[in-house]
Amino acid sequence: MQKSLKVAVLRFPGTNCEFDTQYAFEKLGHETVLVWHENKSLPEDIDLVVVPGGFSYGDYLRSGAIARFSPVMEAVKAYAEQGGNVLGICNGFQILTEAGLLPGALKRNNNLHFISKHQTLKVVNNDNAFLNRCEKDEVLNIPIAHADGNYYIDDEGLAELEANGQVLLRYCDAEGNPVVVNGSVTSIAGVCNAKKNVFGLMPHPERALEAILGSEDGVKMLKGFEA
Amino acid sequence: MTAIVNVFLKEGVLDPQGKAAHHALDSLGFKGVKDVRIGKQIVIELDTDDRSKAEAEVKEMCETLLANTVIEDYTIEIH
Repeated sequence: MQKSLKVAVLRFPGTNCEFDTQYAFEKLGHETVLVWHENKSLPEDIDLVVVPGGFSYGDYLRSGAIARFSPVMEAVKAYAEQGGNVLGICNGFQILTEAGLLPGALKRNNNLHFISKHQTLKVVNNDNAFLNRCEKDEVLNIPIAHADGNYYIDDEGLAELEANGQVLLRYCDAEGNPVVVNGSVTSIAGVCNAKKNVFGLMPHPERALEAILGSEDGVKMLKGFEA
Repeated sequence: MTAIVNVFLKEGVLDPQGKAAHHALDSLGFKGVKDVRIGKQIVIELDTDDRSKAEAEVKEMCETLLANTVIEDYTIEIH
C-alpha cells in the first residue's frame, strides 16, 4: 500500500485555494494540515509543503512580495534547505520566486488580462519528485487563472534552467507545440530549483481532479509526491 | 526628509502596460511617441535629516522589498 503523505498547506491573508488544495490531497488519500502564515515553524513529520494560490496581501506592491516576509516563510526556507519538497501553485509560485527559492520572476500578462481557462501544457522534464508520473512530452489539460503569470528570466538564467532540466512545463497547443499564453519566456509555465525539491507552476493541478469538471490530469501531477 | 523612489521594469524586459499605453496614444493620433514605460512611484517620509543615512536606508528598502531586482530597476531622490 502506498504511503500516506502529511501535507502542510500554507495560508496567508488573501489565500483562496487552500481548501481546494486540501481537498485534492485528501482525495488522493493524504493527510493535510493548514498552517497560518504567522507560525514560525512547520508541523513535524510533514512530507510536503504546498504554497497555494490566491491573492496574498491583495497582490499589493507585487504578487507575493509581502507574503515572502511572513514568519512561516523562514521555516519553509529552512525546510527546503534540508531537502524537503515544496510546491507553489499560482500565487504560491509568485511567492517562491519573490522569496528567492525559485529563479526568475512573474510579471503582468502581456495582454494585461486576467486569463482564466483550461490550458494544455507540455511536460518538459519528469525526472523529479513532482512530475515523475507524467511522460516526457505528454500534453496535460490543466486550468490557469492569473494576471501575473508572465515568467521572466534572463538569457543566462534560462540557459541554466535548460541545462539542469529545471523547466517543468510549457504552455502548448493540443499537439504539444509551444504557444504564447501570457508572454512567458519560451512559454514556461513551471520551473524547479537546481536541487529539484522546490517546484512552482502557474496552472492549478488541484482544480483538475475529476473528468466531469473538465480534466483529471491534475491527479498524476500531485500523485508524483507519493513516489 | 522625503524619499521618492521610482521603480521601472529593466531595459530589455518587456513592459506590457507601457506597450498598451503606447498603442493607445498612437490610436489617439499622438504620433512621434518612441517609447512608453510605466512604473510606480513610492513616496517615503523619513524621520531623519541625515541625507546619507536616508539614502542608505532607502536603498536597503528597495533591495529588500520595494523593487524586485530580477526584473526591476529603481532610482532614489532625497528631498
